[in-house]
Amino acid sequence: MREPTIFELSSTGRTGVTFQEPDVPLSDFPQEFARADFPFPEIAELGVVRHFTKLSQKNYAIDLGFYPLGSCTMKYNPKINEATARYPGFAATHPLQPEDTVQGNLYLMYTLQNWLAEIGGFADATLAPAAGAQGELVGTMIIAKYHKDHGDLKRTRILIPDSAHGTNPASSAMLGFDPVQLPSDERGNVDLNALAELCDDTLAGIMFTNPNTLGLFDENTAEVIRIVHEAGGLVYGDGANMNALLGVFKPGECGIDVMHYNLHKTFSTPHGGGGPGSGPVMVCQKLVDYLPDPHVIMTDPGDEENPPTYGFARPEKSIGRIKTFHGHFGMLVRAYTYIAMLGQEGLRDIAEKAVLNANYLQAKLKGTYTLPYDRSCMHEFVLEGYWKDVPDIHALDIAKRLMDYNFHPPTNYFPLIVHEALMIEPTETENVETLDRFVDAMLKIAEEARTQPELLKSAPHNTPVKRADELKAAKDLIFCCYPVREWEKS
Amino acid sequence: MFTPHTKADVEAMLKTIGVEKVEDLFKVVPDKNRFPDLNLPLPLSEMQAATELDSIASANATTRDFISFLGAGAYQHYIPAAVDNLLQRGEFYTAYTPYQPEISQGTLQAIFEFQSLVSLLTGMDVSNASHYDGATAAAEAVILAYSQFRGKRPKVLLSRAINPQYREVIRGYMQANDAISIVGDDPETGIEPDLQKLIDQIDLDTCLVMVQYPDFFGRIIDYAPLIEAAHAQGALVAVVANPTALALLTPPGEIGADIVVGEGQPLGIPLSYGGPYLGFFAVKNALLRKISGRLVGETVDTQGELAYVLTLTAREQHIRREKASSNICSNQGLMTLAATIYMTLLGKTGFQQVANLCYQNAHYAANVVQEVPGFKLPFKSTPFFHEFVVQANQNVPELLAHLQDHGILGGYDLNQDYPELEGCLLMAVTEMISREDIDYLTDVLSEVKHA
Repeated sequence: MREPTIFELSSTGRTGVTFQEPDVPLSDFPQEFARADFPFPEIAELGVVRHFTKLSQKNYAIDLGFYPLGSCTMKYNPKINEATARYPGFAATHPLQPEDTVQGNLYLMYTLQNWLAEIGGFADATLAPAAGAQGELVGTMIIAKYHKDHGDLKRTRILIPDSAHGTNPASSAMLGFDPVQLPSDERGNVDLNALAELCDDTLAGIMFTNPNTLGLFDENTAEVIRIVHEAGGLVYGDGANMNALLGVFKPGECGIDVMHYNLHKTFSTPHGGGGPGSGPVMVCQKLVDYLPDPHVIMTDPGDEENPPTYGFARPEKSIGRIKTFHGHFGMLVRAYTYIAMLGQEGLRDIAEKAVLNANYLQAKLKGTYTLPYDRSCMHEFVLEGYWKDVPDIHALDIAKRLMDYNFHPPTNYFPLIVHEALMIEPTETENVETLDRFVDAMLKIAEEARTQPELLKSAPHNTPVKRADELKAAKDLIFCCYPVREWEKS
Repeated sequence: MFTPHTKADVEAMLKTIGVEKVEDLFKVVPDKNRFPDLNLPLPLSEMQAATELDSIASANATTRDFISFLGAGAYQHYIPAAVDNLLQRGEFYTAYTPYQPEISQGTLQAIFEFQSLVSLLTGMDVSNASHYDGATAAAEAVILAYSQFRGKRPKVLLSRAINPQYREVIRGYMQANDAISIVGDDPETGIEPDLQKLIDQIDLDTCLVMVQYPDFFGRIIDYAPLIEAAHAQGALVAVVANPTALALLTPPGEIGADIVVGEGQPLGIPLSYGGPYLGFFAVKNALLRKISGRLVGETVDTQGELAYVLTLTAREQHIRREKASSNICSNQGLMTLAATIYMTLLGKTGFQQVANLCYQNAHYAANVVQEVPGFKLPFKSTPFFHEFVVQANQNVPELLAHLQDHGILGGYDLNQDYPELEGCLLMAVTEMISREDIDYLTDVLSEVKHA
């Protein structure tokens, strides 16, 4: 049943949470600046609570079931993270408090910078970026500034593999680079011949996702890095898929120059219906001076009597400030909590179980579904959601039918280099019974595609709404539920 | 702990895969780099982690320990209990971006309601789902305006009374664009409330004029003449607005703003040492297709039932790749929800009460502070909302340290960003500051020895 909007629920004169009257002598409000009307909703508190509770029940979520959304790492978000981030000692600190009053925050940030650098094999890290996409922007700014500082002004091209996320070309374009698409070879690796041909003295760098969006660790990783470095370019690592490599591989040790993590993927901070994320960026030694402002340093190592102290400093050649204050601090507390509970062994266990789960699903599903790159995968893999014998059935239909089996669909139609892609990432926190139930559903759907194709075409059947008319949304362009329109009143 | 695999599970799974041990799945990783040591502390149990984090948090003194007059872009407001209670429902916070509308109507409708509330608050036609924060939203406004004229109008005019961090972020975002000229915030143009020197710089090369409302110093300024002058030259106007103030102030949309952006933190989001917060971004219909970020639109499903979907996605990076105007993806979803619940819960009455409490408390504070010998209000003749500038006859860092010793965070030292405002600090007063707090402040200020 449809839940009315907050404007439909509103009744003139009702109040929700109200406040006391001022107890100070009153001052006049300047009438020339006073707004004429303020038609905000008027709903009592219970009405508001029921409204949002009912809305929540229209969502699918990790806490409800399996969410194998490729490239998004929808793992369990430990509840302890929510508790620690809300400790008043953290949550009630103002970002502009004097440094001597926030030594706890600064210690946490300093330690997390070091942990994140250590996990990836880098020299240092910044916690400022608000999201993976902003991390990419920071990384690209660092590459641009590095070349500029070296007088290398003709380096204008950035190579981007054809399997990359759309943010890679968009980020490099925002920095004025010319993104050049790099093809993959038949095993899903960067095509080394094409790479060599595209490398010259106009090369600024490469944006290299590894494992890539096919879920494959590039077999030529060392070669790719060597070729780009020899041409004078820098290697940007898109760390979106780092969940597969925790304690397994340090990208920085292998020559990646700059890389971002997504704390909301790898380090278990919740996705929140689309954010907030957090996209720390790690750099190798030669790039540490370029990190954004502010950066946390140890200002005094302390002694037997006094603990060390911490403060902010602007790195010498910094690319500058990219958002207000110091990053998504609340997300940093969550990631710190997670890493503190896992340590080296726990982190490696995560990567191992993520890869084990993905390979298990891949083994069970290949054959029934086409696996275009048939080799051992990392944390995810990509199937074709299409069969030649039932050409009317598409990846979208399979995705929608999965909802009837109470699963969130895989990512579909991405990466672009796989026809009718279904990108499946189970994550390490799912047990084998859940994986088996998902396999059963996928096999059943493959059967239904032949026997009852209309079941797929008309899916989903049990969801709060059915397939939505996206063309109508793009044509009508209704972005507001206020004021209540005439046809709704009648 | 967070991985559920038993030994027997692992063995059975490996058998299905056809390898002997888990390590075999990683053979593709170069031998010499495989399974490195991580220099990390030994793992903690949940109980130990809770204790350790509590002890780190306890090393801070917070706005609960101090009486805090800090604002300057982040504000201490009361957050009703129901906000976090609803926010912590797993169906909201463990969901992802609502790509699959059939099983994401909760998130989609909440964003749609957020868009509606922001449009109403700002007086604009269309709001997007969010940006990272107020500063990055302001940077995206510059990108929008620059691309609106296809780079043919290379000049962006920023008022010097815009939050200095916002101006830094705007320049940071545009650092690779050598053609753009971001000016107007120099000491010569200044911070006079009549803005005449800024208005004089608007010309046919100007793509955007940006001002803040109330401005960084808390002042409420009539921007109608500036907007008229900008439109006369064909330039767009962006207003950086404080959402609490908009409960009482004429919305920027009504005085002609083309773009309104701002920091949504005051809408039920904890200070949390600077983030995560929420940038809001609203435009007039004419700019609808230029807006970056996610947009939720209304439609119907195959049964004719009302439904919400992400729409106009063809503008975005995952479709347009390098031709997209921004690389922004979904962001701040949960903060959007917090703001929506906050605004709905307070509603018409509560939200205006909060704004009025801020206004009244701040005016009481300003009045009594200026009565303390040695302190005055340099912008006294201009109306203000809940922030104001105090000029002290002495070194501000020393004054702030003195106040801190007496349990008061006195405000923001303006001299860091404004050499012309030596001896000045910016004080914010919200509904969280009581009359007693303010009287105590004046007691402490009265004891200060002046140079």
